[in-house]
Amino acid sequence: MDTIIHNTIHILLALSLPPLLLGITNKTKAAFAGRVGPPVLQLYYDLAKLFQKGSVYSTTTTWVFRAGPVAGLVTATIAILMIPLANGSAPISFTGDPILLIYLLGLGRFFTASAALDTGSPFEGMGAAREVTFACLAEPAFVSGLLVLARLSGTFQLSSMLGSELTPHWSVAGASLTLVLVSWFIILLAENSRIPFDDPNTHLELTMIHEVMVLDHSGPGLGMILYGASLKLFLFGALLVRLVFPPTNGNLLEWPLFVLGMLALAVLIGIVESTMARLRLTHVPVLLVAACLLSAFGVILLVR
Amino acid sequence: MTERLVLLAIGLAAISGVPGLLFKRDSMTGQWIAALFAVAASSVGIGGIVRFWVLDESRPITLPWHLPGAEFSVAVDGLSAFFLLPIFLVSMLGNIYGLGYWKQTEHPQNGRKLRLFYGLLTAGMAVVVVARNGFLFLFGWEIMALSAFFLVATEDHRQDAREAGWIYLVATHTATLFLFAMFALFRGASGSLALVPLPDNGVSPAMATAIFILGLLGFGLKAGTMPLHVWLPGAHSIAPSHVSAIMSGVILKMGVYGLFRITSLLPTPPVEWGAVIMALGGVSGVLGIVFATGQRDLKRMLAYCSIENIGIIFLGLGLAVIGRSLGRVDLIVLGMSGSLLHVWNHALFKSLLFLCAGSVVHAAHTREIDDLGGLAKTMPWTALCFLVGSVAICGLPPLNGFVSEFLTYLSLIHNLDERGPVSFAGGALAAVALALIGTLAVACFVKVYGAVFLGVARSAPARHARESDSTMIAAMSVLVACCFVIGMAPLLIAPVLDKAVAAWAPNLTDAPHVLALAPLNWIAGMALALVAALLFASLLLWGLTRKGGVASSVTWGCGYLAGTPKVQYTSSSFAQILVGLFSWALRPQIHKPTDLALFPQGADFHSEVGDPVLDEAVLPAFGVTARLFSLFKVFQQGNIQTYLLYIFIALIALLVWR
Repeated sequence: MDTIIHNTIHILLALSLPPLLLGITNKTKAAFAGRVGPPVLQLYYDLAKLFQKGSVYSTTTTWVFRAGPVAGLVTATIAILMIPLANGSAPISFTGDPILLIYLLGLGRFFTASAALDTGSPFEGMGAAREVTFACLAEPAFVSGLLVLARLSGTFQLSSMLGSELTPHWSVAGASLTLVLVSWFIILLAENSRIPFDDPNTHLELTMIHEVMVLDHSGPGLGMILYGASLKLFLFGALLVRLVFPPTNGNLLEWPLFVLGMLALAVLIGIVESTMARLRLTHVPVLLVAACLLSAFGVILLVR
Repeated sequence: MTERLVLLAIGLAAISGVPGLLFKRDSMTGQWIAALFAVAASSVGIGGIVRFWVLDESRPITLPWHLPGAEFSVAVDGLSAFFLLPIFLVSMLGNIYGLGYWKQTEHPQNGRKLRLFYGLLTAGMAVVVVARNGFLFLFGWEIMALSAFFLVATEDHRQDAREAGWIYLVATHTATLFLFAMFALFRGASGSLALVPLPDNGVSPAMATAIFILGLLGFGLKAGTMPLHVWLPGAHSIAPSHVSAIMSGVILKMGVYGLFRITSLLPTPPVEWGAVIMALGGVSGVLGIVFATGQRDLKRMLAYCSIENIGIIFLGLGLAVIGRSLGRVDLIVLGMSGSLLHVWNHALFKSLLFLCAGSVVHAAHTREIDDLGGLAKTMPWTALCFLVGSVAICGLPPLNGFVSEFLTYLSLIHNLDERGPVSFAGGALAAVALALIGTLAVACFVKVYGAVFLGVARSAPARHARESDSTMIAAMSVLVACCFVIGMAPLLIAPVLDKAVAAWAPNLTDAPHVLALAPLNWIAGMALALVAALLFASLLLWGLTRKGGVASSVTWGCGYLAGTPKVQYTSSSFAQILVGLFSWALRPQIHKPTDLALFPQGADFHSEVGDPVLDEAVLPAFGVTARLFSLFKVFQQGNIQTYLLYIFIALIALLVWR
């Protein structure tokens, strides 16, 4: 019975909360800039509007262009059901699920980038090239972090790698876990095209990554992309929150705490975005390599 | 019965090209007969293998052979059966594909030659896999190697084909040389050339290591691991595409098979062997895909990508060998299963991709990725097949590549609880390498798929491309179906994997099934769920767009309205950042205008990625050797009497010496 309740909350929360995080981040940025900023629920309004709008498709495109948003959204949705939130175990959980998680996101990336190339636009090609290239550097860092957790927990299942046994490990292997935390936060920023990697609000297509890749989408397709992107941010965020605040018991009261953690993370992202400038594109790989090395140090610290 | 069926299939395959020799140069009859023979051979062969899997019955055949140490000894075990399947399947599909791709009427000079050697190649590979005697093994090996040479040089009126064939011939004979030495040592250790496991205490460690190193060199050369890959890109890109498909999909696997077999026969290995295999695998995997990303030639890129996949196969094998050293059953079962399944998977999707590439080359008459584009509209089926192949080769769910990479990852993770720093750190490094390989593969294949099939055609031939013949599409569709079946129903092949693992590690009693160690049922369920969710979301998008209304327009050019197909991002631009990041290995040659004055004159830019190992190491070394050997030209008189005299003198000398 408990499992059913937990799973229901998981699904409802994971599908409804993500757009809110971006609203909070934007509100934080507005506060730093001394503006009022868009409403916290702005993305919900945008989505509702987009799903009712008509679409414009370029005559250059084929069905691959329409498959981009679909694959992006589906992979993110399945992935989010595999991440443990405040419950002991995610609705989908089995040995080796981190691998499926990584490859699902890869599938989404494959199709969104292909959709960009389908338009024949040089700008979208540029965005797609950057997106897949930077992912090449972000993923080894993510996997190194997983290795640390796998070695500590002795399992390879996200729900137990980020389970209640993590609390004692913080006192023994705190250094490794801190390194993983920092490295994963950098990856969160990179994978979700936040400053310092990418500026979602910039107006120059030449310097964008994610935004320029989805330039030609419109209507419901664009809605799917925006919603999928918010799911992805939620997903990485949940991993970080779980890493810092592992669940203690299967109590329902942990859900509000988890939500608070996620909101705090959204504020943190807003602070980072407000206080940092975007990196030059040529420097992006350097920071990602640094993230890889941080995680790798985390692994090395466990060799004994 | 199993062995007899397989031998019958080998015989049928071997003679499949012979009837064609009797027909006229411009008649298709011979080609259809060859295809029928190939289908018959493969049906009989696959029937035999399936019979073995179901009944588990094998009666080795041994016949005397009047050569010293040789014996005609064949048997089918789990490992042989596992490798026989791709041989027969890809060979059959290649023949069917050839009906549309390399029509006898279009290639009267070389079509008959091609089919003769295609059949012999199939037979040679099947002999290698079932041989239980070193001599017979080498016999099959040489038939395979020589047939492949003639196939690479099918268009021997072209200089590039002759050169690629020549490099291949040198490489394959170097490999054979190592194998001769290896079998000689093996005979010294075991007393016979029969391929039976060496006893644990019967062989000195130094001898075992020598055999292993020779095997690794010989088989590694054949499998195309970095840095022994120099022959591979040229040979695979020049050959006709259904030859490339079998070369890349199956012949490379003969090197892998050899290494599987020899590691299975040698006594319990030290940990270092596994580590060496894994290091080779990691280097081949990462650098293979990086080189693939830098290529502009469609088939050359696929060839480099084969090196990457061989790397993944070696990672799994290395772990299984380490598992044997440490007595870790889980590592053996998971590592070996991942490695074996990747052998199948790579045979399927790489053949598929080469056949698709052939279809593109056939229609657009170029292999240059940057001259293609927009083919998804004119060649929808080829485009769809290539997309499936790309998703599969990137190891993405719900297709087959994911299952084997999943198993390999799992074995790497199982290795994490090892205490030794080398084992733990090595395993962790390999896991990170595998992650890097996976994302690089996505980058590489998005690039190729986008540049070749999406966007707008960049040249006139690409604009006028037509979809290929139905025989070609049919051959590709079978491979597409196989990729889906393994990806969505991995439970079907689990028993086959168990049998192959048991054959590799015969003294492993009651090994756990791969199903007990890997949640393949979850993988299957998730693959189904993923496909269902994709279909549902597609319907949702379709419904929403229909409700909102759809308009057509040009692509948004950010305000620039005079774009031509040339403004599209090319594959070289797409790969530019990655090529830059790995320039220490790729050593790209970039020619760019230097003199940009206030009023610049016409300028051009081009960049290319060669093969540093071939261009900067092997060719110079061979040049030096050639100069040294030119000293022997005094003996090379060019008339036959002198040579007969040499032989006579040599014989006398030998007689005196004995």
